[in-house]
Amino acid sequence: MTETAAPDYHQMWADLGLDLPSHDALLGAVGQLFGDAYLTQENRPKGMDYLNFVMSEVHGLRIKELDDFRKQGGKVVGTFCLYVPEEIVRAAGAWCVGLCAGAEFAYDQVEQIMPRNTCALIKSFMGFKLGKVCPYIESADLVIGETTCDGKKKAYEQLAELHNVWVMELPQMKREKDLAFWRAEIDELVDRMEELTGNKITAESLKAATKEVNDKRRALQRIAATRAARPAPISGKDALLATQVAFYDDVPRFTQSMNALADELEQRVADGEGVAPASAKRVLITGTPMALPNWKLHDIVEKAGGVVVGEEMCTGSRYYQDLVSEDASTLDEMLDDIAEKYLDINCACFTPNTGRIDDVVRMAKELGADGVIDYTLSFCGTYQIEATSVEDAVKAAGLPALRIETDYSMEDVGQLSTRVEAFLEML
Amino acid sequence: MRVLGLDIGSRSVDAVWLDEGVVVDAAVADSGHDPQAVAREFVQRGAHDVLVATGYGRRAAREAFDCEAVTEIKAYATGAHALYPHAASVLDIGGQDTKVISLGERGSVVDFEMNDKCAAGTGKFLEVMARALGYTLEEMAAMALAAERGIAISSMCTVFAESEVTGLVHRGEDRAAISRGLHESIAKRTHSSLKRVRAAGPLVFAGGVAKNAAMVELITRGFDGEVIVPEDAQTVGAFGAALTALEVPADIGTRVRVE
Repeated sequence: MTETAAPDYHQMWADLGLDLPSHDALLGAVGQLFGDAYLTQENRPKGMDYLNFVMSEVHGLRIKELDDFRKQGGKVVGTFCLYVPEEIVRAAGAWCVGLCAGAEFAYDQVEQIMPRNTCALIKSFMGFKLGKVCPYIESADLVIGETTCDGKKKAYEQLAELHNVWVMELPQMKREKDLAFWRAEIDELVDRMEELTGNKITAESLKAATKEVNDKRRALQRIAATRAARPAPISGKDALLATQVAFYDDVPRFTQSMNALADELEQRVADGEGVAPASAKRVLITGTPMALPNWKLHDIVEKAGGVVVGEEMCTGSRYYQDLVSEDASTLDEMLDDIAEKYLDINCACFTPNTGRIDDVVRMAKELGADGVIDYTLSFCGTYQIEATSVEDAVKAAGLPALRIETDYSMEDVGQLSTRVEAFLEML
Repeated sequence: MRVLGLDIGSRSVDAVWLDEGVVVDAAVADSGHDPQAVAREFVQRGAHDVLVATGYGRRAAREAFDCEAVTEIKAYATGAHALYPHAASVLDIGGQDTKVISLGERGSVVDFEMNDKCAAGTGKFLEVMARALGYTLEEMAAMALAAERGIAISSMCTVFAESEVTGLVHRGEDRAAISRGLHESIAKRTHSSLKRVRAAGPLVFAGGVAKNAAMVELITRGFDGEVIVPEDAQTVGAFGAALTALEVPADIGTRVRVE
């Protein structure tokens, strides 16, 4: 038998304006990283085959789908943050995709326009744009930014010189008047989406989109809940990948695949089957988002013999733990519910942000964590400062805490491994 | 059972041999450009039944010699506790790492802190500064100890501090005062780390930099409690690594001697 040759997407990538040699190099590196981190794992759930396939086609088949969709007149919206409501994008008939921001690329070009001490996430998305290697942003008819931090806010001004960008203003507090302000931003998003797509957002379309996106969250919630079992039925790395892919993938197909994975995990829990021994030290990770393909910390923890049982982060519980109410009947009420749900997300860009601390302590207990690692990207001031109160709260709850500050480079893996291994030895 | 503990660090490879829990031999060698080759020489002496590696070369050693590996944190905690059962904390300033460890019952690790990828405040930092000042490490420590005042050094980054020191030298500032300032800045940083992990006395100060009298003096001055410097501060990690192979900790009071 001969293997079917992988389809050649080079023409499509060239048409999108990608820098082909650089893009080939990037895909090669990501493929190798994925092989080392993921395909070496033992006893993975069968349901992960779907995510393996998605990863093998992450810049291929999925981009082809976006391309076909756009050729039929569909619009694609790129986002960098949880605060942009996917329901509204979809209710207008558009598709929402996360943009590449999880690897070091073209920093030399980035550092010509922004300071070296900018957080890795921002440098990365700008590097992918300047280096012309992110097919998602090149497929995006509009990028929707948000004013979550000063770095992003200013970076969007630079991105706007290269791409069609619109920025939503996110308040920094959660008072009544902030909610009213945010609600007005949501209204403007509705207008923007209607303008972009030429489609009217109706109560029916928004209700359907809300249900669809909630279903995606419900599937991820089911997976997350199984991780409380000892032994854990799925590795932290695999669970993280599921959340990362949630940002990119076709919504109904992803939901269906994740529900199938959740079925399998629930069966594993019932059978007492796990990916790591029941004695493996269990770690909850909290902090800044881990955009694809950033698996650095999970890989270090799990290669050291620990198992990550939860992520209190934007590529984790913050993405799926809260649903938008499905009770509303009028468009206005639905938008109220959306505004409320999204403002409830606990990001360190808010003050105060005690909800996050409560989530960390609650999750650590629910998931049976032996310790908590606070993970922040260097130069992310809000999360770095908040790390102190997170650490204090975790210790007050009787659990050890470890603080890690890092970026996407691999030069500190040795030292980080020592700290993580020592932390696991201590638990 | 004969155990070899190897601490494969960035600046030196330290070895301690135990026989039935008692130290029978110890050695220290420069890491050079190929620390694994240096480690192999110790391993090939064949004077052990069990090998335990620690230090930044532990993973490479685990693959090369098919042995156990423990982190430096555990090795230092175990070693310091065996030498000084009443010790409540450990400070290890090595070639490129600084570790502070708060100890619990029977030498367990309650909390620890370790510098990340930068070499600020480590042995490497002192080496670079000594070179910038035109001293040997020993001379710089002696000058720092004798100096009446220190010039505050604001940069902790090795690269920036080197520029700062060069600037001070060119301004004609007293080299002894600069030396003292450098030591003071490391001590200050170390004291904050110790506070963060709530390190209580007695504190065991180990690692290569514990041989530096000025550092010992300044660390002791700012620490609320007794500071103990083991006679052979450099081999505490190798000793501790070896002990982790034993069910029962080695005889209390065992001293590691380096010829």
